[in-house]
Amino acid sequence: MDDSGKAYWSATLRLLGWIMAAWFAITFLGGIIFAPQLNSFHLGGYPLGFWIAQQGSIYAYIAMIFIYAKLMGNIDRRFDVHEK
Amino acid sequence: MDLQTTIYLFVGGSFALYIGIAIWARAGSTSDFYAAGGQVPPVMNGMATAADWMSAASFISMAGLISNMGYGGGLFLMGWTGGYVLLAMLLAPYLRKFGKFTVPQFIGDRFYSKSASTVAVVCLLTASLTYIIGQMTGVGVAFSRFLGVSSDTGIYVGQAIVFVYAVFGGMKGITYTQVAQYLVLISAYIIPAIFISLQLTGMPIPQLGLGSTMSGTDISLLARLDQVVTELGFGKYTTTTAGSTLNMFVYTMSLMIGTAGLPHVIMRFFTVPTVAAARSSAGWALVFIALLYTTAPAVAAMARYNLNATVTPGIKTNADLYLPASNLVYEERPDWMKRWEKTGLIKWQDKNADGRIQYYDDKSKNPEAKARAEAAGWKGNELTVNADIIVLANPEIALLPNWVIALVAAGGLAAALSTAAGLLMAISAAISHDLVKGVFMPNISEKQELLAGKISMAVAIVIAGYLGLNPPGFAAGTVALAFGIAASSLFPAIMMGIFSKKMNKEGAMAGMLAGLFVTLFYVFAHKGIFFIKGTEYLDLIGGANSFFGITPEAFGAVGALVNFIVAFLVDKVTKEPPAHIQAMVEAVRVPRGSKLVDGAH
Repeated sequence: MDDSGKAYWSATLRLLGWIMAAWFAITFLGGIIFAPQLNSFHLGGYPLGFWIAQQGSIYAYIAMIFIYAKLMGNIDRRFDVHEK
Repeated sequence: MDLQTTIYLFVGGSFALYIGIAIWARAGSTSDFYAAGGQVPPVMNGMATAADWMSAASFISMAGLISNMGYGGGLFLMGWTGGYVLLAMLLAPYLRKFGKFTVPQFIGDRFYSKSASTVAVVCLLTASLTYIIGQMTGVGVAFSRFLGVSSDTGIYVGQAIVFVYAVFGGMKGITYTQVAQYLVLISAYIIPAIFISLQLTGMPIPQLGLGSTMSGTDISLLARLDQVVTELGFGKYTTTTAGSTLNMFVYTMSLMIGTAGLPHVIMRFFTVPTVAAARSSAGWALVFIALLYTTAPAVAAMARYNLNATVTPGIKTNADLYLPASNLVYEERPDWMKRWEKTGLIKWQDKNADGRIQYYDDKSKNPEAKARAEAAGWKGNELTVNADIIVLANPEIALLPNWVIALVAAGGLAAALSTAAGLLMAISAAISHDLVKGVFMPNISEKQELLAGKISMAVAIVIAGYLGLNPPGFAAGTVALAFGIAASSLFPAIMMGIFSKKMNKEGAMAGMLAGLFVTLFYVFAHKGIFFIKGTEYLDLIGGANSFFGITPEAFGAVGALVNFIVAFLVDKVTKEPPAHIQAMVEAVRVPRGSKLVDGAH
């Protein structure tokens, strides 16, 4: 692989790393491990931990995929490997 | 118009629509048949993927499960949606770039081995067939309950409908039919939820209604529900976890990895025109899935409240729930209870012979609730309610008009038929493309392959119908198996094929087999070897859930971990893959140069 190819792949992996970290934090920290603590905060009538597990995480996943698609498109163009 | 006629009209109309679409979208080539010509726009593909994904289980059973489990039910919500993040980032765009029709073909080409592809075909067939049994029985149940025909007749009609549009339309017919099915099923799900949310909270949007205060009071719906269920000895709705926190963690992870590894879902991303479209299409799929998945928790909690308030009317007046006057007199029960009692899904047994219904947790760990039940002379819980009722009887419980009930019937059928069609597609592609063309008869023409695809799909429909008519005793346990197999064998193999250039065939094969073996070993220990009763071997593994308290349904993630570890160890001691394979991996990683999917080996 040439240098530009290597740089493209490491930029891709960096982006994936960030989004996976957010995915892990929302689901497993927010929705499960720290949910009991977060439940002392409220969002309207929702205890926060419960809201994350049954509503918020799903909204966050949608945002993550579209953010990923957008930023990945930018990386493709920066390294000139996008589809024409 | 009476209810029965309205239901016939709605269901008949929706079926006519699906067949009309199928005639319009006939498949003329293998590319049409396997990948809808690779020309489905991302939003539309997202909608079709959503219908494909949301099965009879999502539509009928999920809200009921959450209703019983409370907070812990969130694992289904997160698991079955969070998997799309993995799919969108780790698999879909790269498999689209690879540009072939099937998952086993990727595994076979990437690991330069017919055996690897055959292992993948076996995993795919097992996962898809176990999954399809549930859809077929779902079709039968929906028919018998709503259309007054026998469950068997229902399955025959369902088979005939799927046959018409799946066999003649292939992926193209299926995709466009699924778009229509999505619209039917989502309106069938959301409209009753809006009515019920309005009734309880005055807020029409169920997602916000669940976080609102109850009409006419200043207490929030969830807080009131917590009070009611804890007073009756049940676990607190907003905090009860599914087993231990560790189990919930691993279970959620398993469902996510399994979702991303299910072949009938992955296949959907071969139908979009470009790599960039594969990425955004996963996002659109999740938008359409989220509409149902964020409504489900509202349906669950509101139905739980409504059910309790119906059989324990003292809840509505804030009375002491252990006073006799707080419990419903059985003879005064509402009509919908009488209707559903006939199906056996609601059962009442007057244990303390007072003619009133006591619905509470008689195995409660809450000493106060236990003492009060004893003091009130209660002799045990008297009402058993099947979880599937929550969605199906919802419009009746809320006394909604007939057309809403008819819509729910059409929606349940749409959910089951669309998933069945997607699974049949994955099965037929694996047989005709990966086995017939890939292994046994590599020289057949495109026309012959198309015919082989149609024949294998027809055979698969007959087998699926047979299994639906004579469901093996293990049907309930098999969905866990489908997710376990997808998570422990297919997902890791595909992911390593993309993200590790040096992963070789020895590593991938050893990993797949090890992951599969460990998962099957643990599941069979609990449920019997191939689900045959009496062959459980729990003593051998030290009792139920002996692996850190993890239930067999949740075990797929552990299998995936074993797969990764074994694959890397074996890979280290065997020789690296040939140069052209490494070059292929590099090519798969960049979007430039993507072309239409084709089947060339």
